[in-house]
Amino acid sequence: MLPFILRRLVSAIPTLFLIVTIAFFLIRVAPGGPFDLEQPLEAKVMENLRRIYQLDRSLPEQYLLYVGALLRGDFGPSFYFRDFTIAELFASGLPVSMTLGGLALLVAVLIGGTLGTVAAFRQNSAVDYAVVGLGTFGLTIPNFVVAPVLQIVFGLMLAWLPVGGWNGGAVRSLVLPVIVLALPQIAVVARMIRASMIEALRSNHIRTLRSLGLPTHVVVRHALRGAVLPVVSYLGPAAAALLTGSVVVESIFGLPGVGRYFVEGALNRDYTLVMGTVVLVAVFVLVFNLLVDVLYAVIDPRVRYE
Amino acid sequence: MTPVLSIRGLQVRFRTGDGILHAVRGVDIDVAKGETVAVVGESGSGKSQTMMAAMGLLAANGTVEGSVRYRGEELIGLQPRALNRYRGSKLTMIFQEPMTSLDPLYRIGDQLSLPLVAHGGLSKRQALARAVELLELVRVPDPARRVNAYPHELSGGQRQRVMIAMALANDPDVLIADEPTTALDVTVQARILDLLRDLQGRLGMSIVFITHDLGVVRRFADRTYVMRHGEVVEQGATAALFAAPAHPYTRMLIDAEPRGRKAPVAPSAPVVLDARDVRVTFHTGSGLFGRTRHEIRAVDGVDLRVRAGETVGVVGESGSGKSTLGRAVLRLQEASGLVRFEDRNLMPLERGELRPLRRRMQMVFQDPFGSLSPRMTAGEIVTEGLLVHEPALSRRERDRRAAQAFEEVRLDPSGRNRYPHEFSGGQRQRIAIARAMILAPKLVVLDEPTSALDRSVQKEIVELLRDLQTRHGLAYVFISHDLAVVRALADEIVVMKSGRVVERGDVERIFEAPREAYTRELIAAAFLAAPVET
Repeated sequence: MLPFILRRLVSAIPTLFLIVTIAFFLIRVAPGGPFDLEQPLEAKVMENLRRIYQLDRSLPEQYLLYVGALLRGDFGPSFYFRDFTIAELFASGLPVSMTLGGLALLVAVLIGGTLGTVAAFRQNSAVDYAVVGLGTFGLTIPNFVVAPVLQIVFGLMLAWLPVGGWNGGAVRSLVLPVIVLALPQIAVVARMIRASMIEALRSNHIRTLRSLGLPTHVVVRHALRGAVLPVVSYLGPAAAALLTGSVVVESIFGLPGVGRYFVEGALNRDYTLVMGTVVLVAVFVLVFNLLVDVLYAVIDPRVRYE
Repeated sequence: MTPVLSIRGLQVRFRTGDGILHAVRGVDIDVAKGETVAVVGESGSGKSQTMMAAMGLLAANGTVEGSVRYRGEELIGLQPRALNRYRGSKLTMIFQEPMTSLDPLYRIGDQLSLPLVAHGGLSKRQALARAVELLELVRVPDPARRVNAYPHELSGGQRQRVMIAMALANDPDVLIADEPTTALDVTVQARILDLLRDLQGRLGMSIVFITHDLGVVRRFADRTYVMRHGEVVEQGATAALFAAPAHPYTRMLIDAEPRGRKAPVAPSAPVVLDARDVRVTFHTGSGLFGRTRHEIRAVDGVDLRVRAGETVGVVGESGSGKSTLGRAVLRLQEASGLVRFEDRNLMPLERGELRPLRRRMQMVFQDPFGSLSPRMTAGEIVTEGLLVHEPALSRRERDRRAAQAFEEVRLDPSGRNRYPHEFSGGQRQRIAIARAMILAPKLVVLDEPTSALDRSVQKEIVELLRDLQTRHGLAYVFISHDLAVVRALADEIVVMKSGRVVERGDVERIFEAPREAYTRELIAAAFLAAPVET
């Protein structure tokens, strides 16, 4: 297993390099630059800025400079948030996004998994229909609708929870954004677990357990272990997406995460910020896909990586 | 004597998309202590569902009425928790599918411990120690190591032994065995059956055998129930039942054992297929980096000669290379050696050059469900070959030929516009045969054409094949693991094992005086010879 993990990590390097290269030139193809404001800057100022940020060099030169810096772990300065480096922006934002995303993921797995399992055991009952209905609801109502409704009900009418803000990560401030983030994931996990549990409960080896008169919790444990496999492969990319923040949720609840940098970086042609977020997401995706593969082998003994 | 298990007026119904399916219609079965009872019937007779209902294992759309009593205690209507006091401890069951009946994600030892912990009150550690003993009891080699293995690391026969060990873990009163050996090779079948009989002698439990195999019934069962369409049509002591079957259906079942011998072929008949030193090698593992490359010699220097009107039976267990040989002589599989069909050497021919020859060498496969396209009508399936080989035919002419082919395999020609799923297994196999016959072949390779069918249907297909052969002077290569069918059809028999020919000879000679131990084992396992006293 260890050689497999090492090999996968090594093979991630060219992938990452390719992503960086493509993203670097792609954002440069977009018209405009980081200093094109509505009122054009004076030519002299512009020239100085371009020199300071090394934008006066040729494109291949800039590329080599960027890759060189990246290899030293330097994401460079932000072009838009002038007083910050990209590393500083991530250092302050990433813990916020990861806390929210991690909690949302945990909630989604626990609640979605439970609902899906219960629904599978009571297939075609009222409980089952309720879970399937909730699943459809969670997937179809967009988060920019759910979030304000929750803010109005729990923040303004009942006044139980704050409407927004990070507040140093206070539990009360986390509740609403985590619910909004988790809702669609609960829906997906519940539906997937329900479908694969129904399949698992019909399988021959579960019939064997039933014929042996084993208690329900044993049957559930065995069925669930087989049924989580498809969910695990879904959760890899989903976790990468959740942990790197959500633009909508962070904007609505006024949270200082990294999610909004995706949009702001691209709109403001903040080249280093765009590159930083690309690298960040790519690393998360690569790491979580590796985790999924490792988890797969842990759950299913027939999967062996040599 | 009061029975251990007593089934009275059992009814099972399933809600299906097409309405209510009445699978079991008032069945009475008694099982006495230490007795072996066989429940015999063809697929769809309700024999399995009767026992599934008794164990509370019906599918979610099934309902049950009637009474199942274990030592006087009513089981029908019990909540699962109450039923679990009996299931797995007093009443246990093993199933037809040893490959899928164990959980692939848990170690053998963990699975074996489950019933010990749940019913026997053992600790996890005690249960694991007992699991090793149980594996030893069912004669799994090296039990101390196997207890840590996962199911995919065991063979089918070993998995069935593990299933038996799980069923016996709590010393049950009744073991229900639902076609326990059907999915296994014949020699493995025989060993599993011997094991069950031996364990029964030692542990004194009752066994209920659900089976379609009359050979097993005759040899093992004290009493037999014959089921058909959800009802018991006849029951009685096995010996008496076989000696004087009262019900026509029982007579038909007993009679359905393939019988008769084939008339010999004139030695002057022309040789249709002459294959010499056929070899097929498979490579496994990642050959790219040249590290873990394994070579499997699936067929290792086999000769095969078939004359017009002659049948050569190729027998052997799964993995013996018999199917690969069949494909190799038709050049459906890359192989080395020499294969002459009529007067042409097939080996150097390109695809295009082979095509005109292909119509005279056809193949029929085992699976009558998988080998017919579900989206084409039976008529289209049967005439598809004509599109390639006689493209000039008009649609009307093709349809006429389809009707003719249907009649030839004794199917109602009006059914040619229906789709495969509307036909039974036997009818589908007839369609597959018609598809081969419409091209007027000289050589037909039949790969287990009767193995997926009920005995009574098998008999009809055997008769059909025999009849077609006499009428058209066909040469057959008949690949099968079923010696009873081969004996009824073949002139010569080739016994294969691990890609090589172990023994070959006339049918009579092979069955009367087999020279090799392996051949003797195959014959004994098929219950064709008198049971060997042990």
